[in-house]
Amino acid sequence: MTASVFFGCTFIAFGPAIALFLFTIARDPLRVIFLIAGAFFWLVSLLLSSLVWFISVQISNKESAPQQRGLLIFGVVLSVLLQELFRFGYYKLLKKANEGLLALSQEETMPISIRQLAYVSGLGFGFMSGAFSVINILADSVGPGTVGIHGDSQHYFLSSAFMTMAIILLHMFWGVVFFDACEKKRWWCLVIVVASHLLVSCLTFQNPYYVGSLVPTYIIMFLMGVWAFCCAGGSLRNLKLCLTCKDKDFLLANHRPR
Amino acid sequence: MDLISTKWIIHLLLCGLFYGVSCNSVEQKIYINLNDTVPCVRLLNATHQIGCQSSLGGDVGVIHFLESEQNLEYVLTNGNNPPYMVILESHLFNRDVMMKLKNGSSRIAGVAVIKPNSNPAGAFSPHTTCPNENTGVYSESYDPALAHCNGTMWNPNGNGLSYEEFSFPIFSLKDDNGTEVIRQCYMDHNRAVNGSVPVYPLCAMELSSHMSAVTDTVTCMRRSDTSGLSLNPEQVCDPLGNYNVWGATKGLNNSASGHSENETVVVAAARLDSRAFFHGISLGADSGTSGFITLLAAAGALANVTREAPPPRTVLYAFFQGESFDYIGSSRMVYDMQGDKFPIDLDNIHSLVEIGQVGLHASEGLWVHTDPVSRRNASIETEVKNLTDIFRSVASSLNISLGEPDVSQPLPPASFQRFLRAQPIPGVVLTDHRTSFTNSFFESMYDNAEYLNLTFPAGLTPEEQFNYVTDTAKGLAKVATLAARTLYRQAGGAEERLAGINADELTVAHMLYGFLIQTKNPWFEAIVSPEDLPALRAFPPEHYVGVNFNSNSSTKLVSYVFANLTGTAVNVSRENCSNSGTFEDAADSTDMNSYTWVRGVTPPNATEPAGYCVRSTTRLSRAESPAFLLGEFNSSTYSTWSESRWKKINARIFLVAGHDLEMLTLGLGLAVLLLSLLITFFVNTKADFLFSSGREPANATY
Repeated sequence: MTASVFFGCTFIAFGPAIALFLFTIARDPLRVIFLIAGAFFWLVSLLLSSLVWFISVQISNKESAPQQRGLLIFGVVLSVLLQELFRFGYYKLLKKANEGLLALSQEETMPISIRQLAYVSGLGFGFMSGAFSVINILADSVGPGTVGIHGDSQHYFLSSAFMTMAIILLHMFWGVVFFDACEKKRWWCLVIVVASHLLVSCLTFQNPYYVGSLVPTYIIMFLMGVWAFCCAGGSLRNLKLCLTCKDKDFLLANHRPR
Repeated sequence: MDLISTKWIIHLLLCGLFYGVSCNSVEQKIYINLNDTVPCVRLLNATHQIGCQSSLGGDVGVIHFLESEQNLEYVLTNGNNPPYMVILESHLFNRDVMMKLKNGSSRIAGVAVIKPNSNPAGAFSPHTTCPNENTGVYSESYDPALAHCNGTMWNPNGNGLSYEEFSFPIFSLKDDNGTEVIRQCYMDHNRAVNGSVPVYPLCAMELSSHMSAVTDTVTCMRRSDTSGLSLNPEQVCDPLGNYNVWGATKGLNNSASGHSENETVVVAAARLDSRAFFHGISLGADSGTSGFITLLAAAGALANVTREAPPPRTVLYAFFQGESFDYIGSSRMVYDMQGDKFPIDLDNIHSLVEIGQVGLHASEGLWVHTDPVSRRNASIETEVKNLTDIFRSVASSLNISLGEPDVSQPLPPASFQRFLRAQPIPGVVLTDHRTSFTNSFFESMYDNAEYLNLTFPAGLTPEEQFNYVTDTAKGLAKVATLAARTLYRQAGGAEERLAGINADELTVAHMLYGFLIQTKNPWFEAIVSPEDLPALRAFPPEHYVGVNFNSNSSTKLVSYVFANLTGTAVNVSRENCSNSGTFEDAADSTDMNSYTWVRGVTPPNATEPAGYCVRSTTRLSRAESPAFLLGEFNSSTYSTWSESRWKKINARIFLVAGHDLEMLTLGLGLAVLLLSLLITFFVNTKADFLFSSGREPANATY
């Protein structure tokens, strides 16, 4: 529509991601490197899945709409599976790299823990996924027109931006849960992560009925967020203490006297 | 992988690169591009700029179909959603409405005019009431009583819209499926039902036609980089101009210039161009095209007899381009003659016959106009009387009604006036109006084939329409015969030969079809050279003079037709035809004649047309105003018209959302950003504590 819609949608889609990047990642060069490497891994997975989809579309009958829709669903499922596969691959790579880093560095402890790596890689996946979801839509939102002359819903830009924000945060939560599950060898957690990713992606087939796709996605995001918080070491007691500003008292109370 | 499947995959990838790239599906959801639109562009002269201008990125406005002149109130004062893009039906495209829109232009984003499929009733002429007022021969010094159309108002229906300056874009739309989409969008979203306010999202249109040049020709030529010093030269305007077509009954030495000894010439002139408010739809059927088609047919009628029995004086046929814009072509030819840059000069001219607007002669009869001021000279008076007497006698023998207007009436706007400005020459202008123009659509988009009654019976294929001789064609052929016989007599030819001079009706019908309906027809395909074949399309040629050498223009086609009608075929091969060394004989040389290789027709048992070489006297002479040659961009004697350049011209429709929805989105975005910054900052500072339950508290304190 205009510049105000462009900026509004950009801030909605990338607001949390930018905030997270600024405060937690930008100061530490090692985290930045792992973030970019994670984004690259996601990009490669997208490239592979789009190659497969593209070839299958060229082979198929372009005129038949049900066949094209079936191919789209197939493409989405394949893409999700490939993304999770590459997440696993990244995890393996990071484990090996961590041993190497430890051997190289002079210190005794690891410069970056596997939990932080999980968070950073999840955010990297999220950044790249969000960029690919929404950049072309943002580019068209700068022009004077809005979606609708052919009968589509008017809320296209806004709902795309909200969906992107959910996806970015979801990737971050999935990253944390995934790496934690791999560490503790809890394979059923992995299955749940993959299943929820599939569910969120397939929910987008409800569009343009945006309520049907956005509301469940946000519910899933909230649930995954709670789970990731627990995997990362948080607990309800800590949260309550933080919120009521009693955390310092707690620390002081637990301070062992010399 | 074996070699075959690798090759297969690579092949697929390459194919994919070709197909996969272009479609941007989000843009297709938003915009509908309007094809087939004609913009109004900006023209500049020494002192003014006329035409339309849009903002750099285009102007966006909410669509409103104007129902009547009273409905203007809604657009100018009452409506809640300015700026508006006003869409006018043809009957509302008049001076009153356009001036009101011009004055209220802060609320008007642009105007779109729907060109109807058939001409409206009444009169409409966007040209001025006194065409070419300051560059004709009638000035204060020549005769104050006749200057500025004090004697006769030539174009009384003129409302001067073409010469107004508008600060918003104006486009013309065809009345077809595209416009139907716009109407549907308007009905669905914009229509205010019984006083209620239309609710967002509203249907809107964007028109882009940003013109680079401003103020006047002096400014834009100064800003154009003609010094050649800059690496990235930027031109902002181009002078209007094209080429004149001229030829003669006898070869004139093109390499000689200045006065030609022992040569007296009768000039037969007509104008090639016409204009309208929208330059893309200017056919000028009566204004200009009827004149040059008649002269071409007359040249064809005279071709044989001037070869067999050459008259004492040569007839020089001149077709002038750019006459609507202060006589660009004729002023340049007179300038060349005066400056010894043309094979003959003004002293060689014995007399001049010009064919003006003759398309409506069937109802009005024909009239020969003369210049009263030059006729005060006795010798000129005798010559003019001679000429008009010849006209009368030929007309009566052909049963055409021909009359002379009042002797004190001046000449109508005609190229002859530029010749008179240089030197008194006896001459007449042949038209279909006695005083003011009978053409009620002078220089407008409605002066088309339908106005000339060029209609065919229903159910004919294009080929049959092409060969059908309408009454219009028969009428114009008669006028051409009249002109041809008069020219032959005026050139001193024998009276006995007159009966054999007849213009061919089928040729006139072919020319009318080719120049007013479509250029793609069997005759044109046979008489053009092979390189120019792709330029023949299913549209009529552009009769607007344009800039540089516009390949859509009619100039080249006129030169081919002239060559075909007056030239002869020569038996040489294609390479020799273009080689000037082939013709050593002085009479055949390329100084005296021009040679063109044309396609020809396909013989019965062949697939390719058999081309041949045509010898004729056709020449093209540059029709650019002497003002640009001399660098006098503020000249008041010569035409200084130039056309602005532009980068992008397009039109599209889409929906616009309300301002509040946009602000809501922006506010929401800012809120989300601020909230996430706050939460992240908070979580980050407390991170050690928040995520500590997996570790022993003791470790956390060190």
